Amino acid sequence: MKDQADGYITADGRQIGPVVMEMKNITLRFGGVEAIKDISFDIREGEIRAIIGPNGAGKSSMLNVISGFYVPQEGEVWYKGARRAPMKPFQVAEQGIARTFQNIALFEGMSVLDNVMTGRLTHMETGLFWQSLWKGKAEREETANREVAEKIIDFLEIQAIRKTPVSRLSYGLKKRVELARALAAEPSILLLDEPMAGMNVEEKEDMSRFILDVNDEFGTTIALIEHDMGVVMDLSDRVVVMDYGKKIGDGTPHEVRNNQAVIDAYLGVAHDD
Amino acid sequence: MAYKLVSADGPQSVPALLHRNAKQFANAPAYREKEYGIWQSWTWSQTRDEVEALALGLLELGANEGDFIAIIGRNRPYLYWAMMAAEMVGAVPVPLYQDANAEEMAYVLEHCGARFAIVGDQEQVDKVLEVQDQLSQFERMIYLDPRGLRKYDHAALDQYSAVQDLGRKTRDKHIKELEARQAKLNYDSTGVMLYTSGTTGKPKGVVLSNRNIIETAKSSSEFDHLRQTDDILAYLPMAWVGDFIFSVGQALWTGFCTNCPESADTMHVDLREIGPTYYFAPPRVFETQLTSVMIRMEDASRFKKWLFDTFMGIARRVGPDILDGKPVGFMDRLKYGLGELMIYGPLKNTLGLSRVRVGYTAGEAIGPEIFDFYRSLGINLKQLYGQTEATVFITAQPDGEVRSDTVGVTCPGVELKIADNGEVFYRSPGVFVEYYKNPESTADTKDAEGWVATGDAGFIEESTGHLRIIDRAKDVGKMADGSLFAPKYVENKLKFFPNILEAVVFGNGRTECTAFINIDLTAVGNWAERNNIGYASYQELARHPQVMDQIQSHVEEVNASIAEDEMLSGCQVHRFVVLHKELDADDGELTRTRKVRRKVIGEKFEDIINALYDGSSSVSTVTEVTYEDGRKGSISATLEVRDAKVFADNRKKAAA
Repeated sequence: MKDQADGYITADGRQIGPVVMEMKNITLRFGGVEAIKDISFDIREGEIRAIIGPNGAGKSSMLNVISGFYVPQEGEVWYKGARRAPMKPFQVAEQGIARTFQNIALFEGMSVLDNVMTGRLTHMETGLFWQSLWKGKAEREETANREVAEKIIDFLEIQAIRKTPVSRLSYGLKKRVELARALAAEPSILLLDEPMAGMNVEEKEDMSRFILDVNDEFGTTIALIEHDMGVVMDLSDRVVVMDYGKKIGDGTPHEVRNNQAVIDAYLGVAHDD
Repeated sequence: MAYKLVSADGPQSVPALLHRNAKQFANAPAYREKEYGIWQSWTWSQTRDEVEALALGLLELGANEGDFIAIIGRNRPYLYWAMMAAEMVGAVPVPLYQDANAEEMAYVLEHCGARFAIVGDQEQVDKVLEVQDQLSQFERMIYLDPRGLRKYDHAALDQYSAVQDLGRKTRDKHIKELEARQAKLNYDSTGVMLYTSGTTGKPKGVVLSNRNIIETAKSSSEFDHLRQTDDILAYLPMAWVGDFIFSVGQALWTGFCTNCPESADTMHVDLREIGPTYYFAPPRVFETQLTSVMIRMEDASRFKKWLFDTFMGIARRVGPDILDGKPVGFMDRLKYGLGELMIYGPLKNTLGLSRVRVGYTAGEAIGPEIFDFYRSLGINLKQLYGQTEATVFITAQPDGEVRSDTVGVTCPGVELKIADNGEVFYRSPGVFVEYYKNPESTADTKDAEGWVATGDAGFIEESTGHLRIIDRAKDVGKMADGSLFAPKYVENKLKFFPNILEAVVFGNGRTECTAFINIDLTAVGNWAERNNIGYASYQELARHPQVMDQIQSHVEEVNASIAEDEMLSGCQVHRFVVLHKELDADDGELTRTRKVRRKVIGEKFEDIINALYDGSSSVSTVTEVTYEDGRKGSISATLEVRDAKVFADNRKKAAA
């Protein structure tokens, strides 16, 4: 299935496109510590790609490599058919990659709406001068961006807290607002760092539904890190399993679940090295 | 408005009224809905076009005259239009409760034999798909919100806007047929079918004709002088007759604007933004609002609290009189005016009730405290009495004759009579046609002369002509000593305490009355928080000794007030328990409109009732509960049985 270069159609009828991002032999070191050892995998357009593994396996480091925040010492990242050079964060955003954080990183004092609007920043063209004058193009642009933000607010069902300052929200809602802000950037790849961490069952169910709906409705490619195996297996099309910085499995949830190395990593066997 | 009301020779169907409005009020707003943070609105002529497009689409999909079309979802203009479009094609709209579970829906859908369903979103689509195999006549579903539905098999599924597009495209082909079908509609054709929530047994389909809808809308609009410029907020279930009459019947008759909230959670914000001039809410809503105001005042600074208490005192004393136009002294008027400026005005604005000219509550008895609070603020809150079978209106309170313990005088065109056993009967142009496919029940309820049994016991006050309802007729019983037993009368008195959410009183055929009490988690929880009382669950809070003490004092207060009533002094509560779980519609203990199902409760909690009568001081019990997703579990608890002080007849002397 994976070999079809132009993509394929999943069992539930979703169109998965060609490879949009490819990791080639990535190795990342922090001083003497090798966080990621010679890992290769790809992400296809329109799929939900999960990265799982026990604590300290290097998942978050991997996500930071994808987002361009870490530059690996060895290996290449190919994005949309071209090799990617080291970038600044704003360049990452301009390339159409948005993310959420394991520890929520919202503007606590600002309202939900304002937070979501910050996600539109890369889509604004008028400069400080016109924005201050608030005439003509700047005003039109704000209206258009507000419309996008409102559609996302509607989509994630957070209308009731539109004007509420983020600091007053529950953890589960903050996570949802963070997702809203990332979506506001209209990303082609959305990176989610443990979107369900610390949530109760109901919040997890809601979040899972939103992730599936986002992928379904906007065709957004999603790469996510998650601890909750049940969630990962239900959500994702393909899963990369990491342990001690190495890739020990890669495939559909079904393949991964039956992979002996993965079972060992999760059940804990003595490691030789 | 200079507009003169037309009589029976005017529009004779819902679609005819829509066409009239599209001409007469072409550019006036008909429906508004908040979406994407903005109030979107449609004028009457736009509404007509939208409805027509949908109706044409339905014709293309093969809707026949006499079909039933189910409508399921939260209040949205599109779904109101769907009801009108169904009537245009000669079909009968059947709105369903959107929070009903799949089996409940299956019963109604199969009972009416619906061929089409027009639903709000994925949740409703899933429910109908789940039971589709049990439905012999069901064919197609039309949905509004496409989210999450992209992957579904669209062989028998269409998006609402796609059906409208289809209708616009095939207009030339079907417009003649559509006009012909509308021309056939008259006063006797069915306008809507509404299922009653069913306090007992399966829901019954109440068939209402265009005569019922239009005559009722007309007389009630005149009764309250509704205007074309009025605004209402549509937020109560679409399957309920009241919402249909307010948002479709009266809206079409007078041409006022129906506003739909953005979502159920934003209701209060939307209410404030719209500021309706005509407003209906069940007592529960007013109660919750008052509780939240009072809780917030507890946290206010001392000066603000003093200001609030002082001016509320003045309002209580003179507010209702000012509202009723009775003479009030100059100084009091001045003080009230000052209060309006400083307290009442801002408070009404916060509650979203600043502009209310006609406000109604009904469905349950409202506490006198709560009722007076709103009236003293200058909000013209009134009570009405009605039921689905009467197309809502039986009695209502005219302006200036408002009291919390009556339900008003007969509405125009309504006749009343009281049977020997106290049951109230009525006859009016709003009397329903029949229960669908249930001639037996129809005959039981409506006699040959058109008199309908309400099932409620009550009497007409001789001095004022106002109707007073005391209880459900079948619940009114006799105590062992032959005195009158009216459980609801006592329960309502108990429920007027903010700490008590629900109460069930037993005692029919017994020597004394006993009660189950449900605490109100918001009110009691807040009290616990302020008094540093920790609790982990509803159950733990419910059996806290101090909570029990409070409830006991409430019960005793109620006993004292009942003792003063000659007829009902035997109904004092001798023993009570505070239940370990909230009575819930999902467990079948309440109806979907939150009315107590006595029989179910009596059977389910038999062990506790026995304990109330055998003198034991506590009882252990295990109760099955149903979670929202349909899974079942059980909770076990040991409940304390308490004795309450009762009072001798007429005199407040301790007897127990």
